[in-house]
Amino acid sequence: MNDLITVGISDVKITKNPGALVTYALGSCIGICLYDSALKIGGLAHIMLPYRPENNSGEQISRYADSCLPVMVREMEAMGCQRVRMQAKIAGGAKMFEVADDSAFGNIGARNVAAVKETLGNLRIRIYAEDTGLNYGRTVYFYTETGTMLVKSFAKGEKSF
Amino acid sequence: MAIENLSQLNEMHIDVLKEIGNIGAGNAATSLSQMLNREVDMVTPIVRILDISEADRALGGPETPVVAILVELGGDIGGIMMFVIEQEFTQSLLEALLGESKANCTELTEMEYSALSEIGNIMIGSYAASIAALSNLEIKISVPAVTVDMAGALLTVPAAEMGAVSDKIIFIEDDFLSASKTISANMMLIPDIASLNKLMNSLGIQL
Repeated sequence: MNDLITVGISDVKITKNPGALVTYALGSCIGICLYDSALKIGGLAHIMLPYRPENNSGEQISRYADSCLPVMVREMEAMGCQRVRMQAKIAGGAKMFEVADDSAFGNIGARNVAAVKETLGNLRIRIYAEDTGLNYGRTVYFYTETGTMLVKSFAKGEKSF
Repeated sequence: MAIENLSQLNEMHIDVLKEIGNIGAGNAATSLSQMLNREVDMVTPIVRILDISEADRALGGPETPVVAILVELGGDIGGIMMFVIEQEFTQSLLEALLGESKANCTELTEMEYSALSEIGNIMIGSYAASIAALSNLEIKISVPAVTVDMAGALLTVPAAEMGAVSDKIIFIEDDFLSASKTISANMMLIPDIASLNKLMNSLGIQL
Protein backbone atom coordinates (compact mmCIF):
# COMPACT_ATOMS: atom_id res chain seq x y z
CA MET A 1 0.00 0.00 0.00
CA ASN A 2 1.55 3.29 -1.03
CA ASP A 3 1.26 6.33 1.15
CA LEU A 4 -0.60 4.99 4.20
CA ILE A 5 -0.93 7.80 6.74
CA THR A 6 -1.58 6.98 10.40
CA VAL A 7 -4.11 9.04 12.32
CA GLY A 8 -3.45 9.03 16.09
CA ILE A 9 -5.85 9.44 19.01
CA SER A 10 -7.44 12.92 19.02
CA ASP A 11 -5.99 13.55 15.58
CA VAL A 12 -7.10 14.43 12.01
CA LYS A 13 -5.36 13.84 8.69
CA ILE A 14 -6.45 14.82 5.18
CA THR A 15 -5.01 13.46 1.95
CA LYS A 16 -5.87 12.99 -1.72
CA ASN A 17 -5.85 10.17 -4.26
CA PRO A 18 -3.97 7.78 -4.16
CA GLY A 19 -3.38 8.37 -0.43
CA ALA A 20 -4.86 6.12 2.23
CA LEU A 21 -5.48 6.78 5.91
CA VAL A 22 -5.61 4.43 8.89
CA THR A 23 -6.50 4.76 12.56
CA TYR A 24 -5.86 1.79 14.82
CA ALA A 25 -7.89 0.16 17.53
CA LEU A 26 -10.95 2.34 18.07
CA GLY A 27 -12.80 1.32 21.22
CA SER A 28 -15.37 3.81 22.43
CA CYS A 29 -13.64 6.41 20.23
CA ILE A 30 -14.99 7.13 16.73
CA GLY A 31 -13.29 7.29 13.35
CA ILE A 32 -14.99 9.74 10.97
CA CYS A 33 -14.18 9.55 7.24
CA LEU A 34 -15.14 12.58 5.13
CA TYR A 35 -14.89 12.35 1.36
CA ASP A 36 -15.30 14.58 -1.69
CA SER A 37 -15.67 12.10 -4.55
CA ALA A 38 -15.20 14.72 -7.29
CA LEU A 39 -11.72 15.70 -6.06
CA LYS A 40 -10.96 12.35 -4.42
CA ILE A 41 -9.89 14.12 -1.26
CA GLY A 42 -10.52 12.32 2.02
CA GLY A 43 -10.05 13.08 5.69
CA LEU A 44 -10.05 10.80 8.73
CA ALA A 45 -10.57 11.98 12.31
CA HIS A 46 -10.22 9.97 15.55
CA ILE A 47 -12.26 11.59 18.32
CA MET A 48 -12.35 10.40 21.91
CA LEU A 49 -15.16 12.39 23.54
CA PRO A 50 -18.44 14.04 22.51
CA TYR A 51 -18.33 17.69 23.56
CA ARG A 52 -15.52 20.11 24.25
CA PRO A 53 -15.85 21.59 27.74
CA GLU A 54 -16.60 25.31 27.81
CA ASN A 55 -13.97 27.77 29.04
CA ASN A 56 -11.25 25.28 28.32
CA SER A 57 -9.22 26.87 25.61
CA GLY A 58 -6.18 24.76 26.44
CA GLU A 59 -7.97 21.55 25.49
CA GLN A 60 -7.09 19.78 22.27
CA ILE A 61 -9.65 20.59 19.57
CA SER A 62 -9.43 17.21 17.83
CA ARG A 63 -10.29 15.26 20.97
CA TYR A 64 -13.99 16.22 20.80
CA ALA A 65 -16.56 15.51 18.09
CA ASP A 66 -18.17 18.95 18.23
CA SER A 67 -14.91 20.90 17.96
CA CYS A 68 -12.98 18.57 15.66
CA LEU A 69 -15.40 18.15 12.75
CA PRO A 70 -16.09 21.82 11.85
CA VAL A 71 -12.33 22.50 11.72
CA MET A 72 -11.78 19.40 9.59
CA VAL A 73 -14.52 20.46 7.15
CA ARG A 74 -13.01 23.98 6.88
CA GLU A 75 -9.60 22.49 6.11
CA MET A 76 -11.08 20.31 3.38
CA GLU A 77 -12.95 23.31 1.96
CA ALA A 78 -9.66 25.22 1.89
CA MET A 79 -8.38 22.43 -0.37
CA GLY A 80 -11.29 23.01 -2.75
CA CYS A 81 -13.81 20.47 -1.42
CA GLN A 82 -17.49 21.38 -1.62
CA ARG A 83 -19.69 20.82 1.41
CA VAL A 84 -22.60 19.59 -0.76
CA ARG A 85 -20.44 16.81 -2.20
CA MET A 86 -19.04 15.64 1.12
CA GLN A 87 -20.12 12.28 2.45
CA ALA A 88 -19.36 10.78 5.83
CA LYS A 89 -18.69 7.22 6.96
CA ILE A 90 -18.23 6.49 10.65
CA ALA A 91 -17.03 3.55 12.75
CA GLY A 92 -16.36 2.86 16.43
CA GLY A 93 -18.28 3.92 19.53
CA ALA A 94 -18.26 0.43 21.04
CA LYS A 95 -19.10 -0.51 24.60
CA MET A 96 -15.88 -2.36 25.47
CA PHE A 97 -16.71 -3.41 29.03
CA GLU A 98 -19.92 -4.86 30.37
CA VAL A 99 -19.94 -3.46 33.90
CA ALA A 100 -22.42 -5.23 36.14
CA ASP A 101 -24.02 -2.38 38.06
CA ASP A 102 -26.03 -0.05 35.87
CA SER A 103 -24.04 3.10 36.47
CA ALA A 104 -23.39 5.66 33.77
CA PHE A 105 -20.29 3.66 32.94
CA GLY A 106 -20.05 2.19 29.48
CA ASN A 107 -22.22 4.63 27.56
CA ILE A 108 -19.40 6.89 26.37
CA GLY A 109 -19.37 5.07 23.01
CA ALA A 110 -23.08 5.72 22.48
CA ARG A 111 -22.68 9.37 23.53
CA ASN A 112 -19.83 9.72 21.04
CA VAL A 113 -22.00 8.30 18.23
CA ALA A 114 -24.82 10.72 19.09
CA ALA A 115 -22.46 13.71 19.20
CA VAL A 116 -20.84 12.81 15.86
CA LYS A 117 -24.28 12.48 14.21
CA GLU A 118 -25.48 15.77 15.70
CA THR A 119 -22.33 17.62 14.62
CA LEU A 120 -22.45 16.20 11.08
CA GLY A 121 -26.16 17.13 10.95
CA ASN A 122 -25.34 20.72 11.93
CA LEU A 123 -22.70 20.77 9.19
CA ARG A 124 -25.29 19.37 6.74
CA ILE A 125 -23.13 16.37 5.87
CA ARG A 126 -24.91 13.10 5.21
CA ILE A 127 -23.78 9.81 6.72
CA TYR A 128 -23.49 7.19 3.97
CA ALA A 129 -22.34 4.29 6.11
CA GLU A 130 -21.82 3.46 9.74
CA ASP A 131 -20.39 0.58 11.73
CA THR A 132 -20.88 1.67 15.30
CA GLY A 133 -21.76 0.34 18.75
CA LEU A 134 -21.60 -3.30 19.83
CA ASN A 135 -18.73 -4.52 21.96
CA TYR A 136 -15.53 -4.86 19.97
CA GLY A 137 -12.54 -2.80 18.85
CA ARG A 138 -12.11 -1.65 15.24
CA THR A 139 -9.27 -0.49 13.02
CA VAL A 140 -10.38 1.80 10.19
CA TYR A 141 -8.72 2.19 6.78
CA PHE A 142 -9.95 4.89 4.41
CA TYR A 143 -8.98 4.92 0.72
CA THR A 144 -9.20 8.21 -1.19
CA GLU A 145 -9.16 6.49 -4.58
CA THR A 146 -12.57 4.91 -4.03
CA GLY A 147 -13.90 6.48 -0.82
CA THR A 148 -14.04 2.99 0.70
CA MET A 149 -13.92 2.60 4.46
CA LEU A 150 -12.49 -0.79 5.51
CA VAL A 151 -13.15 -1.88 9.09
CA LYS A 152 -11.07 -4.64 10.68
CA SER A 153 -11.84 -6.34 13.99
CA PHE A 154 -11.09 -9.57 15.86
CA ALA A 155 -14.80 -10.24 16.19
CA LYS A 156 -16.00 -9.68 12.62
CA GLY A 157 -12.90 -9.85 10.42
CA GLU A 158 -12.95 -7.29 7.60
CA LYS A 159 -15.92 -5.32 6.33
CA SER A 160 -16.03 -2.76 3.51
CA PHE A 161 -18.31 0.26 3.48
CA MET B 1 -2.11 23.76 45.31
CA ALA B 2 -4.14 20.94 43.88
CA ILE B 3 -3.26 18.69 41.00
CA GLU B 4 -5.44 19.35 37.98
CA ASN B 5 -4.20 16.64 35.71
CA LEU B 6 -1.83 13.71 35.70
CA SER B 7 0.97 15.51 33.87
CA GLN B 8 1.47 17.66 36.98
CA LEU B 9 2.62 14.72 39.08
CA ASN B 10 6.25 15.19 40.15
CA GLU B 11 9.02 12.81 41.21
CA MET B 12 7.77 12.68 44.79
CA HIS B 13 4.25 11.74 43.71
CA ILE B 14 5.66 9.06 41.43
CA ASP B 15 7.71 7.69 44.34
CA VAL B 16 4.56 7.38 46.41
CA LEU B 17 2.79 5.58 43.57
CA LYS B 18 5.82 3.32 43.24
CA GLU B 19 5.56 2.41 46.91
CA ILE B 20 1.89 1.62 46.45
CA GLY B 21 2.84 -0.43 43.41
CA ASN B 22 5.49 -2.29 45.41
CA ILE B 23 3.19 -3.31 48.20
CA GLY B 24 0.34 -4.05 45.80
CA ALA B 25 2.51 -6.25 43.60
CA GLY B 26 3.93 -8.02 46.66
CA ASN B 27 0.42 -8.88 47.82
CA ALA B 28 -0.55 -9.85 44.30
CA ALA B 29 2.46 -12.19 43.94
CA THR B 30 1.48 -13.94 47.17
CA SER B 31 -2.14 -14.38 46.01
CA LEU B 32 -1.01 -15.52 42.60
CA SER B 33 1.36 -18.07 44.04
CA GLN B 34 -1.42 -19.49 46.26
CA MET B 35 -3.78 -19.70 43.36
CA LEU B 36 -1.30 -21.29 40.97
CA ASN B 37 0.22 -23.42 43.69
CA ARG B 38 3.75 -22.53 42.67
CA GLU B 39 6.34 -20.01 43.71
CA VAL B 40 5.88 -16.56 42.21
CA ASP B 41 8.38 -13.76 42.79
CA MET B 42 8.09 -10.23 41.65
CA VAL B 43 10.56 -7.69 40.38
CA THR B 44 10.24 -4.10 41.63
CA PRO B 45 7.46 -2.58 39.54
CA ILE B 46 8.05 0.29 37.16
CA VAL B 47 5.64 3.18 37.55
CA ARG B 48 5.16 5.56 34.67
CA ILE B 49 2.74 8.27 33.65
CA LEU B 50 2.07 7.47 30.02
CA ASP B 51 0.13 8.83 27.10
CA ILE B 52 -2.43 6.30 25.94
CA SER B 53 -0.54 5.89 22.67
CA GLU B 54 2.69 5.14 24.57
CA ALA B 55 0.81 2.70 26.77
CA ASP B 56 -0.41 0.64 23.82
CA ARG B 57 3.15 0.62 22.45
CA ALA B 58 4.32 -0.72 25.83
CA LEU B 59 1.86 -3.58 25.33
CA GLY B 60 3.17 -4.42 21.86
CA GLY B 61 1.18 -2.07 19.61
CA PRO B 62 -2.44 -0.90 19.34
CA GLU B 63 -3.73 -4.05 17.63
CA THR B 64 -2.05 -6.56 19.97
CA PRO B 65 -4.66 -8.82 21.56
CA VAL B 66 -4.76 -8.51 25.36
CA VAL B 67 -7.07 -9.47 28.18
CA ALA B 68 -8.24 -6.52 30.26
CA ILE B 69 -10.07 -6.75 33.56
CA LEU B 70 -11.70 -3.52 34.64
CA VAL B 71 -13.29 -2.41 37.91
CA GLU B 72 -14.76 0.84 39.10
CA LEU B 73 -13.48 2.22 42.39
CA GLY B 74 -15.91 3.38 45.04
CA GLY B 75 -15.93 4.41 48.68
CA ASP B 76 -13.53 7.28 49.43
CA ILE B 77 -11.85 7.05 46.02
CA GLY B 78 -13.50 7.33 42.61
CA GLY B 79 -11.99 6.12 39.38
CA ILE B 80 -11.08 3.02 37.46
CA MET B 81 -8.48 0.29 37.76
CA MET B 82 -7.67 -1.94 34.84
CA PHE B 83 -5.42 -5.00 34.89
CA VAL B 84 -4.02 -5.93 31.50
CA ILE B 85 -2.45 -9.29 30.79
CA GLU B 86 -0.61 -10.18 27.64
CA GLN B 87 -1.31 -13.25 25.57
CA GLU B 88 1.61 -15.29 26.91
CA PHE B 89 0.66 -14.66 30.54
CA THR B 90 -2.97 -15.49 29.74
CA GLN B 91 -1.84 -18.81 28.29
CA SER B 92 0.22 -19.76 31.34
CA LEU B 93 -2.57 -18.72 33.70
CA LEU B 94 -5.16 -20.81 31.88
CA GLU B 95 -2.78 -23.73 31.75
CA ALA B 96 -2.05 -23.55 35.47
CA LEU B 97 -5.68 -23.00 36.50
CA LEU B 98 -7.63 -25.15 34.06
CA GLY B 99 -4.95 -27.45 32.72
CA GLU B 100 -5.56 -26.49 29.11
CA SER B 101 -3.24 -24.98 26.56
CA LYS B 102 -4.75 -22.25 24.47
CA ALA B 103 -3.09 -20.97 21.32
CA ASN B 104 -5.55 -18.24 20.49
CA CYS B 105 -6.73 -16.01 23.31
CA THR B 106 -9.19 -13.92 21.31
CA GLU B 107 -11.91 -16.55 21.66
CA LEU B 108 -12.48 -17.66 25.23
CA THR B 109 -15.06 -19.93 26.82
CA GLU B 110 -17.27 -18.92 29.75
CA MET B 111 -15.06 -20.92 32.08
CA GLU B 112 -11.92 -19.19 30.82
CA TYR B 113 -13.52 -15.76 31.17
CA SER B 114 -14.53 -16.61 34.67
CA ALA B 115 -11.02 -17.81 35.61
CA LEU B 116 -9.41 -14.67 34.21
CA SER B 117 -11.98 -12.49 35.91
CA GLU B 118 -11.08 -14.11 39.21
CA ILE B 119 -7.35 -13.50 38.63
CA GLY B 120 -8.06 -9.86 37.81
CA ASN B 121 -10.23 -9.52 40.88
CA ILE B 122 -7.47 -10.85 43.10
CA MET B 123 -4.74 -8.73 41.52
CA ILE B 124 -6.78 -5.53 41.58
CA GLY B 125 -7.97 -6.36 45.10
CA SER B 126 -4.33 -6.67 46.25
CA TYR B 127 -3.53 -3.22 44.89
CA ALA B 128 -6.67 -1.62 46.24
CA ALA B 129 -5.97 -3.12 49.67
CA SER B 130 -2.43 -1.72 49.66
CA ILE B 131 -3.67 1.75 48.73
CA ALA B 132 -6.35 1.55 51.43
CA ALA B 133 -3.85 0.40 54.06
CA LEU B 134 -1.33 3.13 53.27
CA SER B 135 -3.82 5.95 53.00
CA ASN B 136 -6.43 4.94 55.59
CA LEU B 137 -9.10 5.48 52.98
CA GLU B 138 -11.95 3.09 52.32
CA ILE B 139 -11.83 1.65 48.81
CA LYS B 140 -14.50 -0.53 47.27
CA ILE B 141 -14.16 -2.29 43.96
CA SER B 142 -17.01 -3.25 41.62
CA VAL B 143 -17.58 -6.67 40.06
CA PRO B 144 -14.87 -7.00 37.38
CA ALA B 145 -15.66 -6.85 33.66
CA VAL B 146 -13.40 -8.88 31.35
CA THR B 147 -12.79 -8.14 27.68
CA VAL B 148 -10.35 -9.56 25.15
CA ASP B 149 -9.60 -7.22 22.27
CA MET B 150 -7.03 -4.89 20.71
CA ALA B 151 -4.88 -3.18 23.36
CA GLY B 152 -5.52 0.26 21.88
CA ALA B 153 -9.29 -0.16 21.87
CA LEU B 154 -9.27 -1.15 25.55
CA LEU B 155 -6.81 1.47 26.79
CA THR B 156 -8.75 4.51 25.64
CA VAL B 157 -11.88 3.39 27.47
CA PRO B 158 -10.87 4.29 31.04
CA ALA B 159 -9.53 7.68 29.96
CA ALA B 160 -12.68 8.44 27.97
CA GLU B 161 -14.97 7.27 30.77
CA MET B 162 -13.15 9.54 33.20
CA GLY B 163 -13.88 12.48 30.92
CA ALA B 164 -10.27 12.54 29.71
CA VAL B 165 -8.78 15.10 32.02
CA SER B 166 -5.76 14.30 29.95
CA ASP B 167 -4.66 11.53 27.60
CA LYS B 168 -2.47 10.13 30.37
CA ILE B 169 -2.79 7.15 32.68
CA ILE B 170 -0.80 5.81 35.62
CA PHE B 171 0.85 2.68 34.30
CA ILE B 172 2.38 0.18 36.73
CA GLU B 173 4.35 -2.57 35.04
CA ASP B 174 4.97 -5.72 37.09
CA ASP B 175 7.23 -8.52 36.13
CA PHE B 176 6.48 -11.79 37.88
CA LEU B 177 8.96 -14.64 37.91
CA SER B 178 7.62 -18.14 38.00
CA ALA B 179 9.45 -21.36 37.14
CA SER B 180 12.30 -19.46 35.47
CA LYS B 181 9.84 -17.63 33.24
CA THR B 182 9.23 -13.89 33.37
CA ILE B 183 5.72 -12.78 32.75
CA SER B 184 4.56 -9.20 32.52
CA ALA B 185 1.33 -7.82 33.82
CA ASN B 186 0.25 -4.24 33.84
CA MET B 187 -1.94 -2.35 36.25
CA MET B 188 -3.49 0.89 35.13
CA LEU B 189 -4.71 3.27 37.74
CA ILE B 190 -7.03 6.03 36.64
CA PRO B 191 -8.32 7.91 39.68
CA ASP B 192 -10.54 10.92 39.16
CA ILE B 193 -8.62 14.08 39.93
CA ALA B 194 -10.42 14.89 43.18
CA SER B 195 -9.57 11.38 44.40
CA LEU B 196 -5.95 11.68 43.35
CA ASN B 197 -5.65 14.84 45.45
CA LYS B 198 -7.42 13.17 48.35
CA LEU B 199 -5.10 10.19 48.08
CA MET B 200 -1.93 12.30 48.05
CA ASN B 201 -3.22 14.32 51.01
CA SER B 202 -4.02 11.18 53.00
CA LEU B 203 -0.50 9.95 52.34
CA GLY B 204 0.84 13.20 53.78
CA ILE B 205 2.20 14.56 50.51
CA GLN B 206 2.33 18.31 50.17
CA LEU B 207 0.83 19.32 46.85
